[in-house]
Amino acid sequence: MTLELSPDDRARLAGEAGEADRLAMTVIVRLARAMAADRLLDVTSAHIDSCLYHGRSGLDFALRLADGGGRVRVPTTLNVTSLDLLHPDLYAGDAAHAEQARRLADAYERMGCAPTWTCAPYQLPARPAFGEQIAWAESNAIVFANSVLGARTHRYGDFVDICAALTGRVPAAGLHLAENRHGEILFRIGALPDDLTASDVLYPVLGHLVGYRAGIRIPVIEGLPPDLGEDLLKAMGAAAASSGGVGLMHVVGSTPEAPTTEAALGGRRPREVVAVSPEMVVAARDDLSTTAGGGLSAVCLGTPHYSAAELERTATLLAGRRVNPAIELYVSTGRDVLAAVSPEWIEAIEGAGARIVTDTCTYITPIIRNRRGAVMTDSAKWAFYAPSNLGVDVVFGSAQECVASAVAGSVTRDSGLWAGV
Amino acid sequence: MLLEGRGVGRALVLAAPLSFWGGVDAESGVIIDHRHPQRGEEIGGRILVMPAGRGSSSSASVLAEAIRLGVGPAGIVLQHSDEIVMLGALAAEILYGVTCPVVVVDAETFGGIVEGRAIAIDGSEVTVG
Repeated sequence: MTLELSPDDRARLAGEAGEADRLAMTVIVRLARAMAADRLLDVTSAHIDSCLYHGRSGLDFALRLADGGGRVRVPTTLNVTSLDLLHPDLYAGDAAHAEQARRLADAYERMGCAPTWTCAPYQLPARPAFGEQIAWAESNAIVFANSVLGARTHRYGDFVDICAALTGRVPAAGLHLAENRHGEILFRIGALPDDLTASDVLYPVLGHLVGYRAGIRIPVIEGLPPDLGEDLLKAMGAAAASSGGVGLMHVVGSTPEAPTTEAALGGRRPREVVAVSPEMVVAARDDLSTTAGGGLSAVCLGTPHYSAAELERTATLLAGRRVNPAIELYVSTGRDVLAAVSPEWIEAIEGAGARIVTDTCTYITPIIRNRRGAVMTDSAKWAFYAPSNLGVDVVFGSAQECVASAVAGSVTRDSGLWAGV
Repeated sequence: MLLEGRGVGRALVLAAPLSFWGGVDAESGVIIDHRHPQRGEEIGGRILVMPAGRGSSSSASVLAEAIRLGVGPAGIVLQHSDEIVMLGALAAEILYGVTCPVVVVDAETFGGIVEGRAIAIDGSEVTVG
Protein backbone atom coordinates (compact mmCIF):
# COMPACT_ATOMS: atom_id res chain seq x y z
CA MET A 1 0.00 0.00 0.00
CA THR A 2 1.42 3.36 -1.00
CA LEU A 3 0.87 6.21 1.42
CA GLU A 4 -0.32 9.38 -0.35
CA LEU A 5 0.66 12.50 1.55
CA SER A 6 -0.78 15.96 0.92
CA PRO A 7 1.61 18.78 -0.03
CA ASP A 8 1.17 20.18 3.47
CA ASP A 9 1.96 16.78 5.07
CA ARG A 10 5.12 16.55 2.97
CA ALA A 11 6.21 20.07 3.85
CA ARG A 12 5.85 19.34 7.54
CA LEU A 13 7.63 16.03 7.20
CA ALA A 14 10.51 17.92 5.60
CA GLY A 15 10.71 20.26 8.59
CA GLU A 16 9.33 23.36 6.89
CA ALA A 17 6.98 23.98 9.83
CA GLY A 18 9.67 23.51 12.45
CA GLU A 19 11.32 20.70 14.37
CA ALA A 20 8.32 19.75 16.51
CA ASP A 21 6.06 19.40 13.49
CA ARG A 22 8.72 17.38 11.66
CA LEU A 23 9.05 14.93 14.53
CA ALA A 24 5.27 14.69 15.02
CA MET A 25 4.67 14.08 11.31
CA THR A 26 7.44 11.47 11.28
CA VAL A 27 5.61 9.50 13.98
CA ILE A 28 2.24 9.81 12.19
CA VAL A 29 3.77 8.63 8.91
CA ARG A 30 5.58 5.71 10.59
CA LEU A 31 2.29 4.69 12.18
CA ALA A 32 0.41 5.07 8.89
CA ARG A 33 2.89 2.75 7.18
CA ALA A 34 2.60 0.20 10.01
CA MET A 35 -1.19 0.29 9.65
CA ALA A 36 -0.98 0.07 5.83
CA ALA A 37 -2.95 3.33 5.46
CA ASP A 38 -3.13 4.89 1.99
CA ARG A 39 -3.66 8.45 3.25
CA LEU A 40 -4.05 10.60 6.34
CA LEU A 41 -7.26 12.11 7.73
CA ASP A 42 -7.96 15.41 9.50
CA VAL A 43 -9.07 15.18 13.12
CA THR A 44 -11.13 17.77 15.00
CA SER A 45 -9.86 17.13 18.53
CA ALA A 46 -7.26 15.26 20.52
CA HIS A 47 -7.06 13.91 24.05
CA ILE A 48 -3.59 13.39 25.49
CA ASP A 49 -2.65 10.52 27.79
CA SER A 50 1.10 11.23 27.60
CA CYS A 51 0.81 13.96 30.25
CA LEU A 52 0.87 11.34 33.01
CA TYR A 53 4.45 10.92 34.23
CA HIS A 54 5.93 7.42 33.91
CA GLY A 55 9.62 8.31 33.72
CA ARG A 56 12.14 10.34 31.80
CA SER A 57 11.27 9.05 28.32
CA GLY A 58 7.85 10.72 28.40
CA LEU A 59 9.40 13.96 29.61
CA ASP A 60 12.22 13.81 27.03
CA PHE A 61 9.67 13.38 24.25
CA ALA A 62 7.41 16.20 25.47
CA LEU A 63 10.36 18.59 25.86
CA ARG A 64 11.61 17.78 22.34
CA LEU A 65 8.21 18.84 21.03
CA ALA A 66 7.58 21.82 23.32
CA ASP A 67 11.12 23.18 22.99
CA GLY A 68 10.90 22.58 19.23
CA GLY A 69 8.06 25.09 19.03
CA GLY A 70 5.16 22.63 19.02
CA ARG A 71 1.64 24.09 19.13
CA VAL A 72 -1.50 21.99 18.87
CA ARG A 73 -3.56 22.55 15.73
CA VAL A 74 -6.85 21.18 17.09
CA PRO A 75 -8.62 21.60 20.45
CA THR A 76 -6.74 19.27 22.79
CA THR A 77 -7.62 18.12 26.29
CA LEU A 78 -5.31 16.59 28.89
CA ASN A 79 -5.74 13.34 30.78
CA VAL A 80 -4.96 12.92 34.46
CA THR A 81 -1.56 13.80 35.84
CA SER A 82 0.13 12.20 38.82
CA LEU A 83 -0.60 15.20 41.03
CA ASP A 84 -3.78 16.68 42.44
CA LEU A 85 -3.12 20.26 41.40
CA LEU A 86 -6.22 21.58 43.21
CA HIS A 87 -5.61 19.64 46.44
CA PRO A 88 -1.81 19.38 46.74
CA ASP A 89 -2.03 18.32 50.40
CA LEU A 90 -3.37 14.94 49.23
CA TYR A 91 -0.04 14.07 47.58
CA ALA A 92 2.06 11.76 49.74
CA GLY A 93 4.77 10.85 47.22
CA ASP A 94 8.34 12.05 46.88
CA ALA A 95 9.14 15.60 45.87
CA ALA A 96 11.50 14.75 42.98
CA HIS A 97 8.80 12.69 41.25
CA ALA A 98 6.31 15.52 41.75
CA GLU A 99 8.74 18.00 40.21
CA GLN A 100 9.19 15.86 37.09
CA ALA A 101 5.42 15.37 36.82
CA ARG A 102 4.98 19.16 37.07
CA ARG A 103 7.55 19.73 34.29
CA LEU A 104 5.70 17.26 32.07
CA ALA A 105 2.37 18.97 32.75
CA ASP A 106 3.94 22.36 31.95
CA ALA A 107 5.32 21.10 28.64
CA TYR A 108 1.85 20.04 27.49
CA GLU A 109 0.30 23.32 28.64
CA ARG A 110 3.01 25.22 26.72
CA MET A 111 1.96 23.39 23.56
CA GLY A 112 -1.56 24.78 23.95
CA CYS A 113 -3.35 21.81 25.50
CA ALA A 114 -6.27 22.68 27.78
CA PRO A 115 -5.50 21.85 31.45
CA THR A 116 -8.56 19.68 31.91
CA TRP A 117 -6.71 16.88 33.79
CA THR A 118 -9.47 14.35 33.38
CA CYS A 119 -9.74 10.79 32.09
CA ALA A 120 -13.35 11.56 31.14
CA PRO A 121 -13.07 14.29 28.48
CA TYR A 122 -16.51 13.21 27.25
CA GLN A 123 -17.92 14.83 30.42
CA LEU A 124 -16.65 18.26 29.33
CA PRO A 125 -19.14 20.66 27.67
CA ALA A 126 -17.56 20.43 24.20
CA ARG A 127 -17.47 16.88 22.96
CA PRO A 128 -17.29 15.25 19.56
CA ALA A 129 -20.41 14.55 17.55
CA PHE A 130 -21.43 11.31 15.87
CA GLY A 131 -19.12 10.43 13.00
CA GLU A 132 -16.48 13.03 13.89
CA GLN A 133 -12.85 11.94 13.35
CA ILE A 134 -10.78 12.47 16.50
CA ALA A 135 -7.48 11.31 18.01
CA TRP A 136 -8.03 10.29 21.60
CA ALA A 137 -5.80 8.35 23.93
CA GLU A 138 -6.74 6.93 27.38
CA SER A 139 -8.41 3.58 26.97
CA ASN A 140 -11.70 4.43 28.68
CA ALA A 141 -12.04 7.68 26.73
CA ILE A 142 -11.38 5.82 23.47
CA VAL A 143 -14.07 3.21 24.06
CA PHE A 144 -16.55 5.88 25.23
CA ALA A 145 -15.92 8.14 22.25
CA ASN A 146 -16.26 5.31 19.74
CA SER A 147 -19.11 3.43 21.37
CA VAL A 148 -21.29 5.98 23.16
CA LEU A 149 -20.69 9.13 21.09
CA GLY A 150 -20.14 7.34 17.78
CA ALA A 151 -17.11 9.53 17.11
CA ARG A 152 -14.17 7.76 15.46
CA THR A 153 -10.78 7.28 17.01
CA HIS A 154 -8.30 4.47 16.73
CA ARG A 155 -6.76 3.11 19.95
CA TYR A 156 -4.09 5.74 20.41
CA GLY A 157 -1.49 5.61 23.10
CA ASP A 158 1.22 7.77 24.54
CA PHE A 159 3.55 9.69 22.17
CA VAL A 160 1.27 9.50 19.11
CA ASP A 161 -1.55 11.38 20.84
CA ILE A 162 0.40 14.65 20.94
CA CYS A 163 1.74 14.03 17.42
CA ALA A 164 -1.85 13.86 16.15
CA ALA A 165 -2.69 17.04 18.08
CA LEU A 166 0.31 18.92 16.62
CA THR A 167 -0.34 17.84 13.04
CA GLY A 168 -4.15 17.46 13.14
CA ARG A 169 -3.61 14.29 11.11
CA VAL A 170 -3.98 10.54 11.67
CA PRO A 171 -3.71 7.45 9.44
CA ALA A 172 -6.91 6.63 7.54
CA ALA A 173 -7.05 3.17 9.08
CA GLY A 174 -8.37 1.13 11.97
CA LEU A 175 -11.45 2.41 13.78
CA HIS A 176 -11.49 5.62 11.70
CA LEU A 177 -12.97 3.63 8.79
CA ALA A 178 -16.60 2.44 8.75
CA GLU A 179 -15.66 -0.99 7.41
CA ASN A 180 -13.52 -1.69 10.48
CA ARG A 181 -16.21 -0.82 13.01
CA HIS A 182 -18.50 -3.85 12.81
CA GLY A 183 -18.82 -6.28 15.66
CA GLU A 184 -16.74 -9.47 15.61
CA ILE A 185 -17.77 -11.36 18.74
CA LEU A 186 -21.35 -11.57 20.01
CA PHE A 187 -22.17 -11.77 23.71
CA ARG A 188 -25.73 -12.92 24.49
CA ILE A 189 -26.56 -11.99 28.07
CA GLY A 190 -28.85 -14.60 29.61
CA ALA A 191 -31.75 -13.82 31.94
CA LEU A 192 -30.71 -11.79 34.98
CA PRO A 193 -32.96 -10.41 37.75
CA ASP A 194 -34.44 -6.99 36.98
CA ASP A 195 -33.01 -5.54 40.19
CA LEU A 196 -29.53 -6.47 39.03
CA THR A 197 -29.86 -5.11 35.51
CA ALA A 198 -31.15 -1.88 37.07
CA SER A 199 -28.11 -1.63 39.37
CA ASP A 200 -24.86 0.15 38.59
CA VAL A 201 -22.95 -2.87 39.95
CA LEU A 202 -23.67 -5.11 36.95
CA TYR A 203 -22.05 -3.05 34.19
CA PRO A 204 -18.41 -2.98 35.29
CA VAL A 205 -18.72 -6.72 35.93
CA LEU A 206 -20.02 -7.33 32.40
CA GLY A 207 -17.28 -5.12 30.97
CA HIS A 208 -14.65 -7.13 32.82
CA LEU A 209 -16.09 -10.37 31.41
CA VAL A 210 -16.42 -9.01 27.88
CA GLY A 211 -12.87 -7.59 27.81
CA TYR A 212 -11.31 -10.90 28.82
CA ARG A 213 -13.17 -12.83 26.15
CA ALA A 214 -13.04 -10.23 23.37
CA GLY A 215 -9.38 -9.23 23.72
CA ILE A 216 -8.87 -6.75 20.89
CA ARG A 217 -11.95 -7.82 18.92
CA ILE A 218 -15.05 -5.61 18.71
CA PRO A 219 -17.78 -7.00 20.96
CA VAL A 220 -21.53 -6.79 20.39
CA ILE A 221 -23.54 -7.20 23.60
CA GLU A 222 -27.23 -8.07 23.38
CA GLY A 223 -29.84 -8.88 25.99
CA LEU A 224 -29.51 -5.79 28.19
CA PRO A 225 -32.26 -3.23 28.84
CA PRO A 226 -32.38 -0.50 26.16
CA ASP A 227 -31.04 3.04 26.61
CA LEU A 228 -28.51 2.32 29.32
CA GLY A 229 -27.30 5.69 30.53
CA GLU A 230 -23.86 7.11 29.86
CA ASP A 231 -22.58 6.35 33.35
CA LEU A 232 -23.32 2.63 33.03
CA LEU A 233 -21.75 2.47 29.56
CA LYS A 234 -18.73 4.38 30.86
CA ALA A 235 -18.19 1.84 33.65
CA MET A 236 -18.64 -1.08 31.27
CA GLY A 237 -16.31 0.29 28.60
CA ALA A 238 -13.59 1.21 31.09
CA ALA A 239 -13.64 -2.36 32.41
CA ALA A 240 -13.54 -3.91 28.93
CA ALA A 241 -10.60 -1.68 27.97
CA SER A 242 -8.68 -2.87 31.05
CA SER A 243 -9.19 -6.64 30.99
CA GLY A 244 -9.07 -6.51 27.20
CA GLY A 245 -8.01 -4.16 24.44
CA VAL A 246 -11.53 -3.08 23.54
CA GLY A 247 -11.63 0.26 21.70
CA LEU A 248 -15.23 0.01 20.46
CA MET A 249 -18.17 -1.96 21.82
CA HIS A 250 -21.70 -2.17 20.51
CA VAL A 251 -24.40 -2.45 23.17
CA VAL A 252 -27.58 -3.30 21.33
CA GLY A 253 -30.33 -0.77 22.02
CA SER A 254 -27.98 1.66 23.75
CA THR A 255 -25.07 2.67 21.51
CA PRO A 256 -25.63 4.56 18.25
CA GLU A 257 -24.15 2.03 15.84
CA ALA A 258 -26.14 -0.82 17.40
CA PRO A 259 -29.88 -0.26 16.90
CA THR A 260 -30.03 -4.02 16.28
CA THR A 261 -27.61 -6.92 16.60
CA GLU A 262 -27.57 -7.31 12.81
CA ALA A 263 -26.67 -3.65 12.29
CA ALA A 264 -23.88 -3.86 14.86
CA LEU A 265 -22.46 -6.92 13.10
CA GLY A 266 -22.68 -5.17 9.71
CA GLY A 267 -24.90 -7.95 8.41
CA ARG A 268 -22.16 -10.52 8.87
CA ARG A 269 -22.10 -13.55 11.11
CA PRO A 270 -20.07 -13.14 14.28
CA ARG A 271 -16.84 -15.12 14.39
CA GLU A 272 -17.70 -16.25 17.90
CA VAL A 273 -20.86 -16.28 20.02
CA VAL A 274 -20.62 -16.31 23.81
CA ALA A 275 -23.73 -17.24 25.76
CA VAL A 276 -23.24 -15.38 29.03
CA SER A 277 -24.79 -17.35 31.89
CA PRO A 278 -25.55 -15.96 35.35
CA GLU A 279 -22.75 -18.20 36.67
CA MET A 280 -20.24 -16.49 34.35
CA VAL A 281 -21.40 -13.08 35.60
CA VAL A 282 -20.94 -14.15 39.22
CA ALA A 283 -17.47 -15.53 38.41
CA ALA A 284 -16.48 -12.23 36.77
CA ARG A 285 -17.76 -10.34 39.81
CA ASP A 286 -15.71 -12.54 42.15
CA ASP A 287 -12.62 -12.14 39.94
CA LEU A 288 -12.69 -8.40 40.72
CA SER A 289 -12.02 -8.93 44.43
CA THR A 290 -8.72 -10.26 45.77
CA THR A 291 -10.10 -10.68 49.29
CA ALA A 292 -13.51 -11.02 50.94
CA GLY A 293 -12.80 -8.13 53.25
CA GLY A 294 -11.18 -8.48 56.63
CA GLY A 295 -9.71 -5.14 57.58
CA LEU A 296 -10.73 -2.26 55.34
CA SER A 297 -8.46 0.81 55.03
CA ALA A 298 -9.97 2.89 52.29
CA VAL A 299 -12.76 3.21 49.74
CA CYS A 300 -12.06 4.68 46.28
CA LEU A 301 -14.86 5.89 44.03
CA GLY A 302 -14.65 7.72 40.71
CA THR A 303 -12.59 5.67 38.23
CA PRO A 304 -13.18 6.88 35.54
CA HIS A 305 -13.84 10.34 36.97
CA TYR A 306 -17.33 10.64 38.39
CA SER A 307 -19.96 12.54 36.41
CA ALA A 308 -22.24 15.16 37.95
CA ALA A 309 -24.96 12.52 38.36
CA GLU A 310 -22.56 10.18 40.16
CA LEU A 311 -21.47 13.00 42.49
CA GLU A 312 -25.11 13.72 43.26
CA ARG A 313 -25.72 10.05 44.04
CA THR A 314 -22.70 10.02 46.34
CA ALA A 315 -23.92 13.15 48.10
CA THR A 316 -27.33 11.56 48.60
CA LEU A 317 -25.81 8.36 49.94
CA LEU A 318 -23.60 10.29 52.37
CA ALA A 319 -26.16 12.87 53.52
CA GLY A 320 -26.40 12.90 57.30
CA ARG A 321 -23.81 10.12 57.70
CA ARG A 322 -20.19 10.07 58.83
CA VAL A 323 -17.34 8.13 57.27
CA ASN A 324 -15.87 5.82 59.91
CA PRO A 325 -12.70 7.46 61.29
CA ALA A 326 -10.68 4.32 60.47
CA ILE A 327 -11.56 4.59 56.75
CA GLU A 328 -10.33 7.00 54.07
CA LEU A 329 -13.06 7.62 51.48
CA TYR A 330 -11.93 9.23 48.20
CA VAL A 331 -14.22 10.44 45.42
CA SER A 332 -12.41 11.28 42.17
CA THR A 333 -13.79 13.61 39.52
CA GLY A 334 -12.71 16.16 36.93
CA ARG A 335 -12.09 19.74 37.99
CA ASP A 336 -14.58 21.06 35.41
CA VAL A 337 -17.33 18.72 36.58
CA LEU A 338 -16.61 19.71 40.18
CA ALA A 339 -16.81 23.42 39.34
CA ALA A 340 -20.21 22.99 37.70
CA VAL A 341 -22.07 20.92 40.33
CA SER A 342 -24.16 22.11 43.25
CA PRO A 343 -22.02 23.25 46.21
CA GLU A 344 -24.50 21.41 48.43
CA TRP A 345 -23.35 18.08 47.00
CA ILE A 346 -19.74 18.92 47.70
CA GLU A 347 -20.67 19.93 51.24
CA ALA A 348 -22.56 16.68 51.77
CA ILE A 349 -19.59 14.63 50.57
CA GLU A 350 -16.87 16.54 52.40
CA GLY A 351 -19.07 17.15 55.43
CA ALA A 352 -19.34 13.40 55.88
CA GLY A 353 -15.57 13.15 56.03
CA ALA A 354 -14.86 12.02 52.44
CA ARG A 355 -12.15 13.68 50.33
CA ILE A 356 -12.73 14.83 46.77
CA VAL A 357 -9.78 14.15 44.43
CA THR A 358 -9.35 15.96 41.11
CA ASP A 359 -6.79 15.91 38.28
CA THR A 360 -5.55 12.40 39.06
CA CYS A 361 -6.64 8.97 40.25
CA THR A 362 -6.06 7.18 43.53
CA TYR A 363 -4.32 4.24 41.83
CA ILE A 364 -1.60 6.29 40.15
CA THR A 365 -0.76 8.89 42.76
CA PRO A 366 0.30 8.25 46.35
CA ILE A 367 -2.83 9.50 48.10
CA ILE A 368 -4.13 6.64 50.22
CA ARG A 369 -2.31 6.95 53.57
CA ASN A 370 -3.22 3.64 55.16
CA ARG A 371 -2.67 0.64 52.90
CA ARG A 372 -2.53 -2.01 55.60
CA GLY A 373 -6.04 -3.22 54.94
CA ALA A 374 -8.04 -3.79 51.78
CA VAL A 375 -9.42 -1.02 49.58
CA MET A 376 -13.00 -1.15 48.32
CA THR A 377 -14.12 0.27 44.98
CA ASP A 378 -17.11 0.37 42.66
CA SER A 379 -14.81 0.43 39.61
CA ALA A 380 -13.70 -2.68 37.71
CA LYS A 381 -10.86 -0.64 36.24
CA TRP A 382 -9.60 0.35 39.68
CA ALA A 383 -9.99 -3.24 40.86
CA PHE A 384 -8.04 -4.46 37.82
CA TYR A 385 -4.99 -2.20 38.19
CA ALA A 386 -4.69 -1.27 41.88
CA PRO A 387 -3.43 -4.62 43.21
CA SER A 388 -0.44 -4.38 40.82
CA ASN A 389 0.06 -0.60 41.06
CA LEU A 390 -0.34 -0.20 44.81
CA GLY A 391 0.14 -3.70 46.16
CA VAL A 392 -3.20 -3.58 47.95
CA ASP A 393 -5.99 -6.11 48.25
CA VAL A 394 -9.20 -4.96 46.64
CA VAL A 395 -12.88 -5.56 47.30
CA PHE A 396 -15.35 -4.77 44.51
CA GLY A 397 -18.91 -3.70 45.25
CA SER A 398 -21.71 -1.39 44.20
CA ALA A 399 -21.45 2.34 44.92
CA GLN A 400 -24.07 1.88 47.64
CA GLU A 401 -22.10 -0.98 49.23
CA CYS A 402 -18.91 1.11 49.06
CA VAL A 403 -20.49 4.04 50.90
CA ALA A 404 -22.15 1.75 53.46
CA SER A 405 -18.79 0.08 54.08
CA ALA A 406 -17.00 3.42 54.49
CA VAL A 407 -19.59 4.42 57.09
CA ALA A 408 -19.57 1.07 58.90
CA GLY A 409 -15.78 0.70 58.83
CA SER A 410 -15.94 -2.80 57.36
CA VAL A 411 -17.17 -4.44 54.16
CA THR A 412 -20.95 -4.23 54.18
CA ARG A 413 -22.95 -6.08 51.55
CA ASP A 414 -26.48 -5.58 50.22
CA SER A 415 -27.67 -9.17 50.40
CA GLY A 416 -30.56 -8.51 48.03
CA LEU A 417 -28.42 -7.21 45.18
CA TRP A 418 -27.31 -10.56 43.79
CA ALA A 419 -30.24 -12.60 45.16
CA GLY A 420 -31.67 -15.03 42.65
CA VAL A 421 -28.64 -15.02 40.35
CA MET B 1 5.68 -5.51 10.35
CA LEU B 2 5.17 -2.72 12.83
CA LEU B 3 8.73 -1.63 13.61
CA GLU B 4 11.70 -3.00 11.70
CA GLY B 5 14.96 -3.80 13.37
CA ARG B 6 17.21 -6.52 14.67
CA GLY B 7 16.71 -8.42 17.88
CA VAL B 8 17.93 -11.75 19.19
CA GLY B 9 16.94 -13.48 22.39
CA ARG B 10 15.21 -16.39 24.01
CA ALA B 11 11.45 -16.52 23.58
CA LEU B 12 9.28 -15.51 26.51
CA VAL B 13 5.92 -16.86 25.37
CA LEU B 14 3.15 -15.16 27.31
CA ALA B 15 0.16 -17.29 28.13
CA ALA B 16 -2.10 -14.21 28.31
CA PRO B 17 -2.09 -10.68 26.90
CA LEU B 18 -0.05 -8.18 28.89
CA SER B 19 -0.57 -4.50 29.56
CA PHE B 20 2.85 -2.95 30.11
CA TRP B 21 1.23 -0.27 32.24
CA GLY B 22 0.13 -1.89 35.46
CA GLY B 23 1.70 -5.10 34.20
CA VAL B 24 5.45 -4.48 34.04
CA ASP B 25 7.73 -2.59 36.41
CA ALA B 26 9.58 -0.23 34.04
CA GLU B 27 12.64 -0.03 36.29
CA SER B 28 13.23 -3.77 36.59
CA GLY B 29 11.41 -5.24 33.59
CA VAL B 30 9.61 -7.68 35.88
CA ILE B 31 5.98 -8.67 35.19
CA ILE B 32 3.95 -7.37 38.14
CA ASP B 33 0.37 -7.92 36.91
CA HIS B 34 -0.99 -9.92 39.82
CA ARG B 35 -3.46 -11.71 37.52
CA HIS B 36 -0.86 -12.70 34.93
CA PRO B 37 0.24 -16.36 34.99
CA GLN B 38 3.88 -15.30 34.41
CA ARG B 39 4.06 -12.74 37.17
CA GLY B 40 7.66 -12.45 38.37
CA GLU B 41 9.28 -13.22 35.00
CA GLU B 42 11.73 -10.66 33.57
CA ILE B 43 11.12 -9.37 30.03
CA GLY B 44 14.61 -7.80 29.75
CA GLY B 45 16.60 -9.17 26.80
CA ARG B 46 13.91 -11.66 25.85
CA ILE B 47 11.91 -11.85 22.65
CA LEU B 48 8.46 -11.22 24.05
CA VAL B 49 5.89 -13.39 22.28
CA MET B 50 2.31 -12.39 23.03
CA PRO B 51 -1.06 -12.49 21.31
CA ALA B 52 -1.67 -8.75 21.82
CA GLY B 53 -1.56 -6.04 24.44
CA ARG B 54 -4.45 -5.00 26.61
CA GLY B 55 -6.21 -1.65 26.71
CA SER B 56 -4.02 0.85 28.47
CA SER B 57 -2.75 3.79 26.42
CA SER B 58 0.05 4.25 28.95
CA SER B 59 1.62 0.94 27.93
CA ALA B 60 3.57 2.83 25.26
CA SER B 61 5.27 4.94 27.93
CA VAL B 62 6.10 2.01 30.18
CA LEU B 63 7.62 0.07 27.27
CA ALA B 64 9.68 3.09 26.16
CA GLU B 65 10.88 3.62 29.71
CA ALA B 66 11.88 -0.05 30.13
CA ILE B 67 13.84 0.13 26.84
CA ARG B 68 15.55 3.37 27.97
CA LEU B 69 16.60 1.71 31.21
CA GLY B 70 17.97 -1.36 29.44
CA VAL B 71 15.38 -3.75 30.84
CA GLY B 72 13.09 -3.83 27.80
CA PRO B 73 12.61 -6.82 25.53
CA ALA B 74 15.06 -7.51 22.68
CA GLY B 75 12.06 -7.70 20.38
CA ILE B 76 8.32 -8.30 20.39
CA VAL B 77 6.41 -10.86 18.32
CA LEU B 78 2.65 -10.33 18.20
CA GLN B 79 -0.16 -12.37 16.76
CA HIS B 80 -2.38 -9.31 16.32
CA SER B 81 -1.30 -5.81 15.39
CA ASP B 82 -1.07 -3.49 18.42
CA GLU B 83 -0.14 0.09 17.63
CA ILE B 84 0.22 1.08 21.28
CA VAL B 85 3.07 -1.42 21.64
CA MET B 86 4.63 -0.27 18.37
CA LEU B 87 4.54 3.39 19.41
CA GLY B 88 6.34 2.74 22.68
CA ALA B 89 9.14 1.02 20.79
CA LEU B 90 9.18 3.78 18.14
CA ALA B 91 9.48 6.51 20.79
CA ALA B 92 12.46 4.73 22.37
CA GLU B 93 14.09 4.48 18.94
CA ILE B 94 13.56 8.18 18.21
CA LEU B 95 14.72 9.35 21.63
CA TYR B 96 17.56 6.96 22.44
CA GLY B 97 18.47 5.21 19.20
CA VAL B 98 17.65 1.79 20.65
CA THR B 99 15.41 -0.37 18.47
CA CYS B 100 13.15 -3.03 19.90
CA PRO B 101 11.61 -4.48 16.72
CA VAL B 102 7.88 -5.28 16.75
CA VAL B 103 6.57 -7.84 14.28
CA VAL B 104 3.20 -9.45 13.64
CA VAL B 105 3.33 -13.07 12.48
CA ASP B 106 0.71 -15.50 11.21
CA ALA B 107 -1.02 -17.97 13.53
CA GLU B 108 1.14 -20.88 12.36
CA THR B 109 4.45 -19.14 13.06
CA PHE B 110 3.09 -17.79 16.33
CA GLY B 111 1.94 -21.20 17.48
CA GLY B 112 5.28 -22.77 16.56
CA ILE B 113 7.33 -20.62 18.93
CA VAL B 114 8.52 -22.58 21.95
CA GLU B 115 9.26 -20.99 25.29
CA GLY B 116 12.97 -20.47 25.90
CA ARG B 117 14.12 -21.18 22.32
CA ALA B 118 16.27 -18.66 20.49
CA ILE B 119 14.51 -16.27 18.12
CA ALA B 120 16.05 -13.78 15.73
CA ILE B 121 14.21 -10.82 14.23
CA ASP B 122 15.98 -9.19 11.28
CA GLY B 123 14.13 -6.57 9.30
CA SER B 124 10.75 -8.18 8.86
CA GLU B 125 12.08 -11.76 9.06
CA VAL B 126 11.51 -13.87 12.14
CA THR B 127 13.72 -16.95 12.51
CA VAL B 128 12.69 -19.46 15.13
CA GLY B 129 15.59 -21.50 16.48
